[in-house]
Amino acid sequence: MGTWVFLAAGWVLLIALYGLVTSRNLIHAIGCLAVAQSSTYLLLLAVGYRREATAPVYSDLTPGTRPVVDPVVQALALTDVVVGATVTALLLALTIQLRKRHHTVDPQALIGLKG
Amino acid sequence: MNQWLIGAAVAFVVLAATTAVLTREPARQAVVLSVLGLGLAVLFAVLQAPDVALSQLAVGTALTPLLILLTVRKVTRRPTRPDDHPATGDDGQDQK
Amino acid sequence: MTARARLAVFLAAAAVIAAFFTAECTDLPPFGTDSHPYGERAVAAALDRRTANVVSSVNFDIRAFDTLGEEPILFGTVLGATLLLRQARDERHRRAEAERVMPTTRLFGALLLPVTLVVGVYIVAHGQLSPGGGFQGGVVLATALHLAYVAADYRALKKLRPLAVLDVADSLAAASYSLIGLAGLIAGGAFLKNVLPLGTFNTITSGGTVPVLNAAVGVEVACGLIALLAHFLDQTIERTDPDQQRYGDT
Repeated sequence: MGTWVFLAAGWVLLIALYGLVTSRNLIHAIGCLAVAQSSTYLLLLAVGYRREATAPVYSDLTPGTRPVVDPVVQALALTDVVVGATVTALLLALTIQLRKRHHTVDPQALIGLKG
Repeated sequence: MNQWLIGAAVAFVVLAATTAVLTREPARQAVVLSVLGLGLAVLFAVLQAPDVALSQLAVGTALTPLLILLTVRKVTRRPTRPDDHPATGDDGQDQK
Repeated sequence: MTARARLAVFLAAAAVIAAFFTAECTDLPPFGTDSHPYGERAVAAALDRRTANVVSSVNFDIRAFDTLGEEPILFGTVLGATLLLRQARDERHRRAEAERVMPTTRLFGALLLPVTLVVGVYIVAHGQLSPGGGFQGGVVLATALHLAYVAADYRALKKLRPLAVLDVADSLAAASYSLIGLAGLIAGGAFLKNVLPLGTFNTITSGGTVPVLNAAVGVEVACGLIALLAHFLDQTIERTDPDQQRYGDT
């Protein structure tokens, strides 16, 4: 398999950043940010994968009989999935507020500061 | 066998992520993001991470697209004032 | 900065990132490697604490302090969204109207709502045994409640969701995580130390503080997400802005 799974995570990050940079709509930009977040999960879980191993859950597995994949990176990804979604919600709330006050969701139309 | 499953799932995720970024209209992007969430959940399950897959399934396919759709509805329902504010940022979106 | 200049700057930066990232990836242990030193130590520690689901053990026991750091992010974002989406002075509140729903949809929702809620509680309660836990179960609980909106209408959902109670429960759950940590400090001499009896491996009472912290996180995630969705739904369904009143477009 080599390294191409890691490279796939890198591609997802870069294409999401491209979307963020060229976005003309803040809601679209937030969607791109969600894609960029998912690239980190992809990289973390790819690092923790072990060939011919099973999930690190011992409720129906006698300890020591089979190798398991790395549980530490899974724990990292797991909490971030939920916390990342609430951060997305906060950004969307900011967008709604921006639309109310400045009547646009285009980041390039937001040039002047208004008190 | 498992290697092929992982390969297919990674390819699907890369394709879905690229499509999600290149879909410029937020309402359509929410649908693609939901597909991406499902693909990620399958990939995590294949990578032997059922905990993360469960989390991703609930958040990625339901919660995030729902929040985006609600925001799109809130943001596009109102017509922009025709006199003093040009209609920027609404390109190609349905005015409900 | 013009769009073209910005794209040029981005492409240059992306090329550098891509080059270094690729170079680093070739130096990483190959995909599917057998060497996972941290993973093996985590598995040994989790089995030592009699927690069957190693991922839950890492989140709520071995690295519980890290999860304590995630909690305020969750709490803070919910608080921030609540503040941002509160009713502004120039907005009007409009009562949601009763809506007609297809009988099959109503039946589907009425049957599925209790089942999904029970599944959510199950996922939270069995976090130390099987895949699941407070984060996943909390999301399931929060989304399950919104089946009421699908099956009936927004009024039914509002009756099912006492926001004031949920806000208090959210805060209490967030605080209880730290309090359990302090209990560990008092009883065991270290913050968030697993001081409760560890129980029998692979039973629902195993894992010491893991199921307790799981429950606290489950309540916080569920209440926080319900509150978040409530504010977003309020914005789209029950708010009218001055513009809308002026143009009569509701």
